[in-house]
Amino acid sequence: MNIDYTKEELEFQQEVRTWFKENLPEDVKRKHQIGAPFSKDETVAWQKTLSKAGYFVVGWPEEHGGPGWTATQRYIFDSERAAAGAPVGMSMGVIMLGPVLMAFGTQEQKDLYLPRIKDCDDWWCQGYSEPGAGSDLASLKTQAVLDGDEYVINGTKIWTTYGHHANLCFCLVRTDNDCKQQLGISFILIDMEAEGIDVRPIISIDGEHHLNQVFFDDVRVPKKNLVGAEGQGWTIAKYLLTHERTTIAGVADSKLNFSNLKELAKTQTANGAPLIEDEQLRLKIAEEEIKLLALEYTNFRTLADTAAGRAPGPESSLLKVKGTETQQSLSELRVEMAGNYAYVWKADETVAPAEFLHATEQYNFLRACTIYGGSTEVQKNVVAKMLLGLK
Amino acid sequence: MDFSLSSEQKLIKDGVEKFVRNEYDFETRNKIIATEDGFDRALWKQFAELGWLGISFSEEDGGFGGGAIDTNIIMEAFGSGMVVEPYLATVVLGGNALALGGTPTQKEEVLGSVIAGETLLAVAYAETQSRFQLSDVATTAAKSGEQYSLNGEKVVVYGGAWADKVIVSARTSGDQMSEAGITLFLVDAKASGVSVTSYQSMDGARMANIAMKNVTVGADAIVGQLDQGYALLDQVVDSGISALCAEAIGEMNALFQKTLAFVKEREQFGVAIGSFQTIQHRLVDMFMAVESSRSMAIMNALKLSSTDVTERKKAVSAAKVYIGQNSRHCAQEAVQLHGGIGVTEELDIGHYFRRLTLFCGAFGSTNHHLKRFADLSD
Repeated sequence: MNIDYTKEELEFQQEVRTWFKENLPEDVKRKHQIGAPFSKDETVAWQKTLSKAGYFVVGWPEEHGGPGWTATQRYIFDSERAAAGAPVGMSMGVIMLGPVLMAFGTQEQKDLYLPRIKDCDDWWCQGYSEPGAGSDLASLKTQAVLDGDEYVINGTKIWTTYGHHANLCFCLVRTDNDCKQQLGISFILIDMEAEGIDVRPIISIDGEHHLNQVFFDDVRVPKKNLVGAEGQGWTIAKYLLTHERTTIAGVADSKLNFSNLKELAKTQTANGAPLIEDEQLRLKIAEEEIKLLALEYTNFRTLADTAAGRAPGPESSLLKVKGTETQQSLSELRVEMAGNYAYVWKADETVAPAEFLHATEQYNFLRACTIYGGSTEVQKNVVAKMLLGLK
Repeated sequence: MDFSLSSEQKLIKDGVEKFVRNEYDFETRNKIIATEDGFDRALWKQFAELGWLGISFSEEDGGFGGGAIDTNIIMEAFGSGMVVEPYLATVVLGGNALALGGTPTQKEEVLGSVIAGETLLAVAYAETQSRFQLSDVATTAAKSGEQYSLNGEKVVVYGGAWADKVIVSARTSGDQMSEAGITLFLVDAKASGVSVTSYQSMDGARMANIAMKNVTVGADAIVGQLDQGYALLDQVVDSGISALCAEAIGEMNALFQKTLAFVKEREQFGVAIGSFQTIQHRLVDMFMAVESSRSMAIMNALKLSSTDVTERKKAVSAAKVYIGQNSRHCAQEAVQLHGGIGVTEELDIGHYFRRLTLFCGAFGSTNHHLKRFADLSD
């Protein structure tokens, strides 16, 4: 048992570290550090930079244009990326759709979409939740009815993250109403510029526009856009979730966030002394650091399983729950440390220190992380049933 | 990066787990702790024959060249059955003190005899006023000629009731709170002037207060360096905490498994109580507590031999805090989910509960270690 890297892995680490040092623009780093929102153009520009270096579709195998890294290399990359202060090349195309197309897509779909995801030419959004289908996703109602060689889609999707940026959507739709509800679901790719699509903004409690509700009114989608067979959508959705689970924990980013907070505790003052000298806060910071350590080693264990070619063990199911709890408690800590500046809203550096300008926004928005990707309660239902055998 | 066990480690794990399962059930344990001795000397011999007492020591010292991971494997399995035999006191604390600081003679004579299962040890450092502070030592060792004369009292000594030899901390110079000036001595428990007051601890094991009045030892009884005993004691206690954390994982996992089985069987309102979502989520929380604590025990074991003392101490304190908090949660939940039967002496659940309550305070409470961690992190 050891946590050492091989010589090759250490060289790889150095290579990645150097690349970020030389290529991460100062303004991107700064915005990321203080939690300021990125515009679409800013996001695309950074993703294209990553893409040109071969650092965008990092989890993909070589045959589809990825680097074909081992699990350990991917971990090293993510740690170095986070430690450098760089935002993750957050793309639903890369993390979610790519692996699905590789496993279930036709050759034509692979040839068409995978290179465009890799080069960051498309922006994909996810059409899963509906107003009446949240945790109970299988009850979704958006209909797709075959008419000649096209599906006609009617219904609505909600919480569509960056749907207003997206030109394409991968979507779960109902193609059969007369069977067990899971078996009537299909996975389909929709052009967001098609006629009959209406994207309406939902402003979240951080006061920003990340989310949308998307309405489909007789939207015609070519039959060849179906991924897998009719009725296979639920299987594909579950496959996709396994690819989402570990990335969502965000351990590497929480580590950087934590070390920034700790520095802040030394430079900010209260009662004429550095904040860190407040005993209550000092112990709270220590406790967060300890929790992060537990999360990091649980992550290592999952990683070691994957690296050894085993399916992630039961510990991987905790990563989402614990990882998102940590993200929330760190955001809470920043708000606490912000003191009076926690009240500041949509201001600039003339009003408050940059580190606190977005503290409350982040705290507010991160309430969502224990809800999206399967809420904490749904995760626990799954663990209870699948791992503990409780029915 | 590799978190798998070697084939030798797997064999040990299987062996110790099998022993606990087949030869150390709850009834057997109850009989053992009810005897006058309070532990089973025949089993201790068996541990020695199986090589379990020498596993973590180097081959030069007569061991098998293992390390903290091997110790953890044994301790976790022992925890699953709440084994009371003094592995922690004798092998981990006493053994490590000698392995790290012993003279060649001490190693050959005493450590060899420990590995053979013939000598039991204890490390005695706590005093009435010292609470968890290793440097608070009022016991004195006055030099006269080539001899030292020890005076003072050590309290709540793990395995102290059974120890043939005790490693005690005593002040050879400096003031009572000073880290410098502490020396460790190897003292025969039957030496003139030593009086051992034994009693049972909450978990059924035996502890002792050990008083020393004009106990005379030679310079050859010094373990480690004169006046430099603090760093050694600190390292020894850290190794004890690491092992105890692994034992706690065994106990937590046993509680989780037993509670899981119970909620599947126990019926109320005409259904198994495990069908209620409230109960299911609490079981998942226990499961998460066990697995994330296990991650911390691994982290701790991997960093225990670090030459960076701050890194080692931070790892130990982090594990003690995290596993302390999570083990308390598991223990309380196990009792709650068992309902009335959970608070009885009759069921093993309450005994695991007691053992883990003891763990939370052992070698420094959660609060003590949280502060130690914070001090080291500043």
